[in-house]
Amino acid sequence: MISEPSVEATVKTVSVPRHIAIVRITHWIVVLSVLGLLVSGIGILVSHPRLYWGETGSLGTDSLIDLPIPFIIGPSVWNRPFHFFFAWILVLSGLIYVAGGFITQHFRNDLLPAKAELRWNHIMAVVAEHLSWKRPRANAVGTYNVVQRLTYLAVVLGLFPAILWTGLAMSFGVTSVFPMLATALGGHQSARTLHFFFVTLLLLFAVVHIIMLYLAGFWSNVRAMITGYIPQGGKAR
Amino acid sequence: MSKFLTRRTFVTAGLATAAGASGLGAAVYFADRDGLIPPDHAGIVGVGETLTYATQRLLTSRHSLAREFKRSDISKVAPVNGPHPKDEKYLAFLADGFKDWRLSVEGLVARPVSFSLEELKRLPAETHILLHACEEGWSYIAEWTGVRLATVLDLVEPRPESRYVVFEPFANPNQSGRVVRVLWDSIDMADAFHPQTLLAYGMNGEALPADHGAPVRLRLSRHLGWKNTKYLSRIVVTDRRDYYRKSRGTWYGGI
Repeated sequence: MISEPSVEATVKTVSVPRHIAIVRITHWIVVLSVLGLLVSGIGILVSHPRLYWGETGSLGTDSLIDLPIPFIIGPSVWNRPFHFFFAWILVLSGLIYVAGGFITQHFRNDLLPAKAELRWNHIMAVVAEHLSWKRPRANAVGTYNVVQRLTYLAVVLGLFPAILWTGLAMSFGVTSVFPMLATALGGHQSARTLHFFFVTLLLLFAVVHIIMLYLAGFWSNVRAMITGYIPQGGKAR
Repeated sequence: MSKFLTRRTFVTAGLATAAGASGLGAAVYFADRDGLIPPDHAGIVGVGETLTYATQRLLTSRHSLAREFKRSDISKVAPVNGPHPKDEKYLAFLADGFKDWRLSVEGLVARPVSFSLEELKRLPAETHILLHACEEGWSYIAEWTGVRLATVLDLVEPRPESRYVVFEPFANPNQSGRVVRVLWDSIDMADAFHPQTLLAYGMNGEALPADHGAPVRLRLSRHLGWKNTKYLSRIVVTDRRDYYRKSRGTWYGGI
C-alpha cells in the first residue's frame, strides 16, 4: 500500500515530458516521407545529372554544375509518381505540424529563442561548445539551446517551404496560376537547381542532427521522440 | 461492459464512423461528378495522383494559361527522346511531305472528320512560344504553330458525355520490324479545350521536324514532354474510363 504510490512518484520525477504527441507523430511521418522523396528524387536526378540556370537547359547547352553521376537512360516510370505520393504526405503532415505548433504554442515555447539569448556572444559560445564535441550540460537537458532553436526554426519555416516552393515552381499547372513562383527564382531550370541545393542543405542538417543525437545519447533521444518522455537518467536534446 | 468501452462511447464511435464514411462517399461522388478524379485513382500511387489532379483542376480554373515567352527566348537546342518511326509507311509519308496522310477524328462525336495536312493548315492557325520540359529534367523553349484542338473538336462536336480525348500515333515498329508498342495517350476535356492545346504542325517557323513528331503532334502547355503525343494519325473522343494508358507510371502526369 505504501510502496506503490512512491514507485509511481519516482518514475514521474525521472521521466521528464519532452515532446508533445503532434511533434512526435509528424516528426516520424516527415522522416519517412523525406526518405521516400530522396529515393524517388535521386531516381529522377540520375536520368539527367546536370544542373542549369534560367528557363532552359539540356545536353548541348552550357550547364551550371555537372554532377559526378553517370547518365542512366530510361529511369523507372515510378520515380515521379512516388515523388508526388511522398510529397503529399510531407505537405499534409507539415501543415498539421505547423497548425499544431501554433495551437499548442510549441513554436513559442520550444523553438522561439528568448530575446536575451539572441546576443552574438551567447550564440557563439553555444556554437563553440558544440564544436568541442562536449556532451550537453545537465541543466541544458530537456530544453533547446539558442542554436538548436534557430536551426529548427530555419528548417521548419525556411528550408521546407523553400523546397516546396522550388518544387512547385517546376510545375506547369502551378506556374500557369502563379507564374511568379518560377520567374522570381530566375526560371524553370533555376528552380530545379535550387530544389537540389535546398535538399542538400536539408541533408546537411540531417547529418548534423544525427551526429548531435549520438553525442547526446542516441537511443534516449530517439525514445523521447517516440514515447514523449526522456528515459530515466537520460539526456534529451 | 468494461470501464473503457461504455455503450455511449460505442454508439458515438459508430455514429462518427458512419458520418465519416458517408461524408467521404459524398465527397467522392461530387469530386467525380466535377471531373476531379483521374481514371487511375486506385492504389498507393493513385492517392498522390488523385490529390495532384484534383488540386490542379480546382486551382487552375481549367483554362489558366502557361507562361509564354519572347522570340528571343527560343532555344537553339531542342532535344528529343527517341527519333521518328523508321517503318516504310512513315518514311513514305515523310518523303512526299505527308501528302496522303490523314488525321481521323472520331468516337463520341456528331460528325467524324478526316483531315489532310492541307485541310488542318486552312483552319485558323495560332502560334505559341512555350517551355517544353522532359520528366528527366531538361527543358527548351520553342515556338509552336498549329490549330487549336478546341477548333477541331468544335467542328466534330463531341457529345456532352465525353470525358477524354485519345491520341494515337503511327504504329512505331522497333528495329527488328515488330510493332512493340504504340505510344498512345489521352487527356481530359479541360485540357482538350484549353486555349494553348494545339495540334502543332510547325516549330520555330518551319514545318514540324520528323523527330519532333511530323506531320502533327499534340502540344500541351501544362504537361511534361511525354504527354505531347507525336506522329498523330487518329484522335478518338470517348466517355470510357478504362480507355486510358499510364505512359509514365500514371495517366495524368501533370506536375
